[in-house]
Amino acid sequence: MNGPLLELKNISQAYGDHWVVRNLSLSLNKGEIGCLLGASGCGKTTVLRTIAGFEPLLRGEIHLNGTTISREGHSLPPAKRAIGMVFQDYALFPHLTLFDNVAFGLRELSRPETVVRVHEMLELVGLDKAHAKYPHEISGGQQQRVALARALAPRPALLLLDEPFSNLDVTLRERLSTEVRDILKSYGATALFVTHNQHEAFAVADRIGVMADGAMLQWASAHELYHCPADRTVASFVGEGMLIPGLVEDAGDITTGLGVHRGIMCRPGGLPGRAIELLVRPEDVVHDDNSPIKAEVVRRNFRGASILYTLRLVSGDLVQALVPSHCDHAPGEHIGIRSDVRHVVVFDREDDVVTKAALEEA
Amino acid sequence: MPRHSTTRTAPRRGAVPFLNRGFYTGWRIATLFIALLVIIPLSVVFFSWHDPAREIWQHITETLLGNLLRNTFWLVTGVSTGTILLGVSLAWLTAVCEFPGRRFFTWALLLPLAMPAYVLAFVSLGLFDYAGPVQTWLRAWFGSSSWFPDVRATGGVVTILTLALYPYVYLLSRNAFQTQGKRLLEAAESLGCGPWRAFFLVVLPMARPWIAGGTLLVIMEALADFGAVSIFNYDTFTTAIYKAWFGFFSLPAAAQLASCLVLLVFFIIVAEQRMRSRMRFSESRQSAKSERILLDRRWRWLAFAYATTVLSFAFLLPLLQLLRWSLNIFHQEFTSRYLALLGHSLLLGLSAALLICACALLLAYTARRHPDAATCALVRTANLGYALPGTVLAVGIFIPVAALDNSVISLGRLFGFETGQIFQGTLLIMLVAYLVRFMAAGFKTIDGAMHRVTPSIDEAARLAGLRGLKLLGRVHLPILRNGLLSAFTLVFVDVMKEMPITLMTRPFGWDTLAVKIFELTSEGEWERAALPAVTLLLTGLVPIILLMRNSES
Repeated sequence: MNGPLLELKNISQAYGDHWVVRNLSLSLNKGEIGCLLGASGCGKTTVLRTIAGFEPLLRGEIHLNGTTISREGHSLPPAKRAIGMVFQDYALFPHLTLFDNVAFGLRELSRPETVVRVHEMLELVGLDKAHAKYPHEISGGQQQRVALARALAPRPALLLLDEPFSNLDVTLRERLSTEVRDILKSYGATALFVTHNQHEAFAVADRIGVMADGAMLQWASAHELYHCPADRTVASFVGEGMLIPGLVEDAGDITTGLGVHRGIMCRPGGLPGRAIELLVRPEDVVHDDNSPIKAEVVRRNFRGASILYTLRLVSGDLVQALVPSHCDHAPGEHIGIRSDVRHVVVFDREDDVVTKAALEEA
Repeated sequence: MPRHSTTRTAPRRGAVPFLNRGFYTGWRIATLFIALLVIIPLSVVFFSWHDPAREIWQHITETLLGNLLRNTFWLVTGVSTGTILLGVSLAWLTAVCEFPGRRFFTWALLLPLAMPAYVLAFVSLGLFDYAGPVQTWLRAWFGSSSWFPDVRATGGVVTILTLALYPYVYLLSRNAFQTQGKRLLEAAESLGCGPWRAFFLVVLPMARPWIAGGTLLVIMEALADFGAVSIFNYDTFTTAIYKAWFGFFSLPAAAQLASCLVLLVFFIIVAEQRMRSRMRFSESRQSAKSERILLDRRWRWLAFAYATTVLSFAFLLPLLQLLRWSLNIFHQEFTSRYLALLGHSLLLGLSAALLICACALLLAYTARRHPDAATCALVRTANLGYALPGTVLAVGIFIPVAALDNSVISLGRLFGFETGQIFQGTLLIMLVAYLVRFMAAGFKTIDGAMHRVTPSIDEAARLAGLRGLKLLGRVHLPILRNGLLSAFTLVFVDVMKEMPITLMTRPFGWDTLAVKIFELTSEGEWERAALPAVTLLLTGLVPIILLMRNSES
């Protein structure tokens, strides 16, 4: 089959007068893992629930495997969508054993087939030995994996995961997120999950959509999101870094307090003479004692392998630098730095817009 | 230095530091004493078999026992089936669905708890009996009412108790449905289950411990019911115990019948305790507010009609009828005799509530100080009395008190005194019986409040320099105050409504509202019983309001 497996076309959702999803589109190919990333309340879970069929669609269309499963005034019941879901609180049936939980969605299989499938699924998540236990007898991480096995067991066309790791502690979260990716990939599943944690998104997803206030800001790979963010919100939400003011020169070079930057701009940003802001990631600033550019250490944040310094340039602008932790400097010291910005990302300066608006008003 | 070492070892986690070491055993002894008050009447009814009242017992087995067992079986089967059907369906409608008036019905469906079963029983008889207004009206319109079911038959008493007791199942299963939230239903749907299938595969099985718990409470109440069945002349063990004592004047026979009833109750208690542990087991963490199922137009109004019907028959119609009767007879019944009855009821209710709250507080502190297995078992035993029917307790406490009296009298004679009966014919027997029967109601509430006094609260108070009575007065009592107040109210109202214990052990001529209702209804004087019944109903509303306020917060 050609074309994407899942396609959302300009969908919108509202609770009463409040629009929670605005004109959102995305598409996911078979075997891909997608992720909706955004702060809580940005509408990402609503998108997921709409795809699952728990919320009727107000505007737009949702296609799965080429058929329309949701459009205005029409919604295929959740039970008929062939979509599996892993819930934030796992929603395991407490009155059923792990075996029966996984077997719950397999009513169309014969008994021997069911037994084979359930054991296959439990083995996939490494819990085959515990099949006779009840959900409250296993740990949170194990419950999470059972929820995954249960959702995958009926071989859904698409798997949805709602904040799948948010109920786990940090160390477990990291381990499980790679584990879940391996399971999904080995199973060839197409999945869309929702999280507010970018590390999870980076670890698991092939494509990530950053959402804010119900709208999709950018739908791209992790690399592209980080190095070529579509706007300020994405730039500040994904990864660390600072925006420093600069000026576009005639040759297309950019002058800032860090010096002159030459590079390929991700997108045409600013005409010569325009005041812009340049995105400087911590790894763009290299500690170099020989460099003529000096900066004052304002804050240091020890991270083990490296130290994240917040530095004040002579121009007064702040930048961050990720420096191997051998180089220990106290706040107040001046250290030499040079810039190594490889992906030049610029935005029109906000105050620029403000002055323009003020001028028009006058 | 020695002082230092005691402060270091004595106050363990959760300890109450204002009492010294010497009291440690005092707590346990007091608890043991209260537990004995439960154990003694139980042993008394079972030991009654060492001297079987042969002639009366023979008469009982030949003529009564078969009938008693048959009646009890149908009562329990019918009432439990009825309360499950009513309670679960109403709970599901109000907890998960949306239909007109749902918010109103959510609390209004609890109102029948305020109506003692015997009040509902006599009002319904007055309304639907052959001579009542409903059948009279039917005859006037259709010429005959012979097709009308016989309200005095088994079906009648089962219906009355079902209507009076369904709120227990309703309350507990509603709780279960609410805590389940909608997430599991959605999980089932995402796995290919339609909503109805999901209801039977997920929602209902998960609520099972709660439904069963509520039903077992209902069965206990049905087995213990004395007032309603005696109004319907429907012989069960409770009425048989009463008749054996006050008809055949045979306390041993009454005690032996009581032991049969206790045996039945015993199985129910064991089952209920197991359900309770299961309920704790599968308590779900999520209580996320979930969207309700919007019923379509036809079902919406059917749900409305259904809830209205149940509420009308269980509460509204009887209430209206009671008010009508009360208005009719108010000027002739509202006399000093009524006020005396009211005074007795109030006095009993207040003193029992005070006594029970004090003892419950003591038990709660003991449970908190000594969380060891033996003490926990004692506290649990002390709270088992809620399962013992009032008739059983009346017999089980009267017998040892009478024996005590007799031995005091003979001891007095030995020394040349003529003492007479000291305890019999006093309020003491009643109060002890109430204490046993209603301890659990008070304890549960106070213990719940006690859990809010966490060990760290004690520790924080001690760091702030509060000890002893100051700690009690400034920290514990303010936190416990609401709990104590609701416990007091609950027990007070329960005692006001209580019928068999009061009827069987009251001092001569010392009538209360409940006793008066029994006497008037046994003569078919429905109308005259209305005024005391309305009084009890109004007091009964107070704890319902408390309950509703608690469930909202």
